Amino acid sequence: YFRNPVHMGFGLGSVNPDLASERQTASFSVERLTTVLDGGAEHTRVRRAVVEAIERDPVFSRENQYFQTQNERYEAAVRKAVHLQKKMHEMGWREDGPEFIYIYRALAGDVAFLLHRVFMRSISVLGSDEQVAKWIPLATKHQLIGSYAQTELGHGTYLQGLETTAVFDTTTQEFILNTPKISAMKWWPGDMGRSATHTVVFAQLYVHGKCYGVHPFIVQIRSLRDHSLCPGITAGDIGPKMNFEHIDNGYLMLQNVRIPRENMLNKFCEVQPDGTYVRRGSQKINYFTMTTLRVSLLSDEVILPLMKACTIAIRYSAVRRQSKLNPGEEEAKILDYQTQQEKLLPQLAAAYAFHFINNYLHKLFDRGYKEIQERNFSSLPELHASSSGFKAMLSQYCTAGVEICLRACGGHGYSLLSGLPSLYTKILASCIYEGENTILLLQTARFLIKCFAAASAGQPVPQSVTYLAAVKPGKCPAKNKLDFLNPDIYVEAYQHTAIRLLSSTAAKLQDLIQSGVKKHEAWNQCTVQLVQAAKAHCHYITVKNFVETVEKLENKAGIQKIMKHLCDLYALHGIFSNAGLFLHDGYISGAQMDMITASYLDLLGVIRKDAVPLVDAFDFTDKSLNSALGSYDGNVYQRLYEWAQKSPTNQQVHPAYEKYLRPLLHNKLSKL
Amino acid sequence: ALVINDPDFQHEDLNFLSRSQRYEQAIRKSSLMVMKLREYGIADPEEIYWFKSFVHRGRPEPLDLHLGMFLPTLLTQATPEQQDRFFMPAWNLEIIGTYAQTEMGHGTHLRGLETTATYDPATQEFILNSPTVTSIKWWPGGLGKTSNHAIVLAQLYTQGQCKGLHAFIVPIRQLGTHEPLPGITVGDIGPKFGYDEMDNGYLKMDNFRIPRENMLMKYAQVEPDGTYVKPLSDKLTYGTMVFIRSLIVGDSARSLSRACTIAIRYSAVRHQSELKPGEPEPQILDYQTQQYKLFPLLATAYAFHFVGAYIKDTYRRISGDINEGDLSELPELHALTAGLKAFTSWTANAGIEECRMACGGHGYSRCSGIPDIYVTFTPSCTYEGENTVMMLQTARFLVKSYNQVAAGQRVSGMVSYLNDLSRQRIQPQHVAARTVSVRINDPVSLVEAYKARAARLVEAAAKNLQAELNHRKSKEDAWNRTSVDLVRASEVHCHYVIVKLFTAKLSEISNAAVRAVMTELCLLYTLYGISKNAGDFMQAGILTDAQITQVNQRVKELLAIIRPNAVALVDSFDFHDTHLGSVLGRYDGNVYENMFEWAKKSPLNKTEVHESFHKHLKPMQAKL
Repeated sequence: YFRNPVHMGFGLGSVNPDLASERQTASFSVERLTTVLDGGAEHTRVRRAVVEAIERDPVFSRENQYFQTQNERYEAAVRKAVHLQKKMHEMGWREDGPEFIYIYRALAGDVAFLLHRVFMRSISVLGSDEQVAKWIPLATKHQLIGSYAQTELGHGTYLQGLETTAVFDTTTQEFILNTPKISAMKWWPGDMGRSATHTVVFAQLYVHGKCYGVHPFIVQIRSLRDHSLCPGITAGDIGPKMNFEHIDNGYLMLQNVRIPRENMLNKFCEVQPDGTYVRRGSQKINYFTMTTLRVSLLSDEVILPLMKACTIAIRYSAVRRQSKLNPGEEEAKILDYQTQQEKLLPQLAAAYAFHFINNYLHKLFDRGYKEIQERNFSSLPELHASSSGFKAMLSQYCTAGVEICLRACGGHGYSLLSGLPSLYTKILASCIYEGENTILLLQTARFLIKCFAAASAGQPVPQSVTYLAAVKPGKCPAKNKLDFLNPDIYVEAYQHTAIRLLSSTAAKLQDLIQSGVKKHEAWNQCTVQLVQAAKAHCHYITVKNFVETVEKLENKAGIQKIMKHLCDLYALHGIFSNAGLFLHDGYISGAQMDMITASYLDLLGVIRKDAVPLVDAFDFTDKSLNSALGSYDGNVYQRLYEWAQKSPTNQQVHPAYEKYLRPLLHNKLSKL
Repeated sequence: ALVINDPDFQHEDLNFLSRSQRYEQAIRKSSLMVMKLREYGIADPEEIYWFKSFVHRGRPEPLDLHLGMFLPTLLTQATPEQQDRFFMPAWNLEIIGTYAQTEMGHGTHLRGLETTATYDPATQEFILNSPTVTSIKWWPGGLGKTSNHAIVLAQLYTQGQCKGLHAFIVPIRQLGTHEPLPGITVGDIGPKFGYDEMDNGYLKMDNFRIPRENMLMKYAQVEPDGTYVKPLSDKLTYGTMVFIRSLIVGDSARSLSRACTIAIRYSAVRHQSELKPGEPEPQILDYQTQQYKLFPLLATAYAFHFVGAYIKDTYRRISGDINEGDLSELPELHALTAGLKAFTSWTANAGIEECRMACGGHGYSRCSGIPDIYVTFTPSCTYEGENTVMMLQTARFLVKSYNQVAAGQRVSGMVSYLNDLSRQRIQPQHVAARTVSVRINDPVSLVEAYKARAARLVEAAAKNLQAELNHRKSKEDAWNRTSVDLVRASEVHCHYVIVKLFTAKLSEISNAAVRAVMTELCLLYTLYGISKNAGDFMQAGILTDAQITQVNQRVKELLAIIRPNAVALVDSFDFHDTHLGSVLGRYDGNVYENMFEWAKKSPLNKTEVHESFHKHLKPMQAKL
């Protein structure tokens, strides 16, 4: 019916004047900022073409998504995945082409076989040339459907604890896979409950009674003929979750499942026919798939949802009017309330900050990936620490941010039709999958502690942590609130705090060990502080990167100016919200903290004026937002009313009436 | 046990049902429940509450608004004649009613509601209208499919004048067929974040006429000729709001307790990684980071429990006074409960999520039960008064009290600390910019620290407000430009109140062992709050850097001290497994076996090969 506003009766189709007025006063060119975010006008063009092609195709419609059951969502996701193959062929899109990265964004993730890609990627990275030659063409043609089975019922992030076993049998040249106990059951892998025919199983490798640790094996789990389970395999769906109803996250039990020796992915480790175990390169490479996955998911799974939530909440706040700011005037837009600005605008600034740090991480990883292909593993620790720390920081912040946006929309935010609940329940899984956040931050902390020791001893350290050598005690030189709009001032404050937290934790760790506490116990006693230090490091890098990005931006069309404001807001909000950390050693004084607060609150008013154009620049289509509150035209209430009427509960007098309510109303009770 | 073992109340796990099925199950159980209440002769509200909470396992149900709002409103606002007409039919459920206040365009800001009720003296009727899209009633529970009547709040127009909001009894569905009446458009607002079994509804009225006698007229009245008679006092409505908000504080405590129970039991069952090389994997509850996530929440759950009990008691005491006409304490209680409702629901909301997160991936599965606790609880941040607006109400009271003190009067109650400000009026500095000597192991001394922080931030907010006013800004504009500070002031005031109440509770506990463990929890709550808000305490000069370092250290020591009692402390909440609804939080701790059993029942597992294989996968593989 959107195509036919005549039937709406409410004049849907014209832009709500409350939103139109916001757009007239933009201080910068929205289109220009969109191309900056996309990395160039050509990218913007390609992205829009892909989105347009996908959204025009009715098979990919998400119109009824909020009304569907788990079974219906799953079926729709499979249908879309199958249809996508056809579509790509039709459009001439290739997996290595420029369009590919935008397809997932256009589908808003509501598609099956995502783990199929992880399956392929793990074979490409961990498989030998022969293995790649054998499996990749089959997978590309969807002759098989792959999954990636790592997590077990009893173990997740702590991979060494996995309990599935793969025992090499020299007589038959096979591995025998088993699930020795209930906690060893594979649990959670996507696409595995109903769809996958094959999966990469991570299992403890045993040869001649000796355990060699966790290794990846390709295992067929369902028949390619009739999709029935293979002998020795028990598999199914793990049941409803907070979201991802469209994905068949599965369980898998293996009982004496035999696979040929060639099914162990053996680019880096191999079991030879006689049982000799050979290793080439670092074993850490086994985890490299996971490390790159962490970075590659940031954009679509973590940052985009925050951008969408900001778009919905900010547009809605410009349309919703509530109470009066000045007597006699009409009710004010809720976006004009300082408390509403304080909820939403820092999230908006963070969305931009994270977009830029994501670019930074991608550059870091592209460089690292090349080195690893050349079997140079020296950058692995830094890549691992960065992917862990930033995945944890961004997913945690963005999850909280989406929830803030949800709650900033009052009652209507809780309607699924707002789009916010599903954004929230989906993004919050990112705090856990691909590594639980606390554990990841501790891994980053371990790297930082090592680098700090090296830097203090004057040894070389990776580029991102060279600042650790620059310990210089001092005080923040700012004299008035305007000084805090100088990036040098706040970057220095962040750097100082990051170093202080790390050095004081390192010192405490050292003290404990010197006083006789065992190393592992000392580590556990410092973990709360270590987590804090790792966060402070990532926060510092994010601020610094935002500042550097702004400096490089073109000084045209008002872009650099508005980005500078956002950067200031991001930085000062971080100090305002973590005041204790910055005040602690007196680097920032109480009086300076008052100046920061004043500057921070001033910025809210400044950015308020451009808030709607700033979310418009994210360039989400209405279909991709799928929100009754966040549409471009701002016709919020009409849309909410129209959509609600489509709810299946409104199809007729509900059957519960005849069955239960009628007898109740017709007063069978009075006899009691 | 009366309910838990009753076969009539059993049904399939709700997680596997669609929304329509869940609604149907809830209606089925509610109908049965009403019949059984009559059968057992249960009429005491407290007993009904517990019966209901076991039937629905603490979940919302479509008759909630009938029982919780429609009937009580009739009792308090209907005239004796109206009670004769409506109360008994409603009590016997011939009439099922709901309370239709919120509209699409307006929620907490009630004065903005747009529904109109225009009196027509010619026919002695009110004509009800929803003049705009935004005026459509939206959200009331039980309105969509269940109710045949609603109490509708509308702007009353008589003799050409608007007399503000009044309540009207409006029939909406035909008795017998349950079809909507002519002039009424009613339906379900669609799926939400939780509340699947509730038919939250919309209601649109077009020139719908009801007799004059359907306006609830115990207080305000419209006479046959259209003359409007004003109510005597509007303060009385405060009472209901205080009561409902006190329930939310209690609900914050309960919901957080449930989440803590699940997360702490599961953390004692789950083993992961290694603490000492070569030893078996430890319980994750032994990790400092896990303790740091969960134990402060456990302490918070206890703190909120005591706060909820305090408000309830105070309300009971004061409402005794109301009947005798003494309303002097009501404004403070009203202001305080607004803030505490916001403070506790925000904290509990975040705490439930923290508990879920602390259960790793399995917390995300619906079998953990925490997603359900979360979606059921989280709307309380919005309903019965949006939290930010609630904080600003408390702030209004705080500023008023501050101004009274500044004008030389004394204030009493929880804000009496503001009286100390007058003594140092001569000093130009912040109120607390003098060192309070704080002993970090003494709860009473820590209460003083929180008090000093509250005084400092209330004063700062009041002064900033004054400064904005001095810039010749309108009152409203100045208020808006200070509102971030004002919310902060309310938060720290509420935080102080909670710490004070928790600490005061300790001396009432007679059992020494219980008192000892409660004292540890109280210290943890208090010190953790300081650690998390160190900036406030340092900036105000209440605590030094060195003391903050000590506080941080002491928090970690307390974690280790509480660790041995952690499971016992959640067992004390005494949640039955059926009520908890969690595989991870089972009393017997047999988590993994039962997760597998639970998953096998998933709708996707009904057949071994899902139908989509034949429909989509197979044809694709054949083609490629």
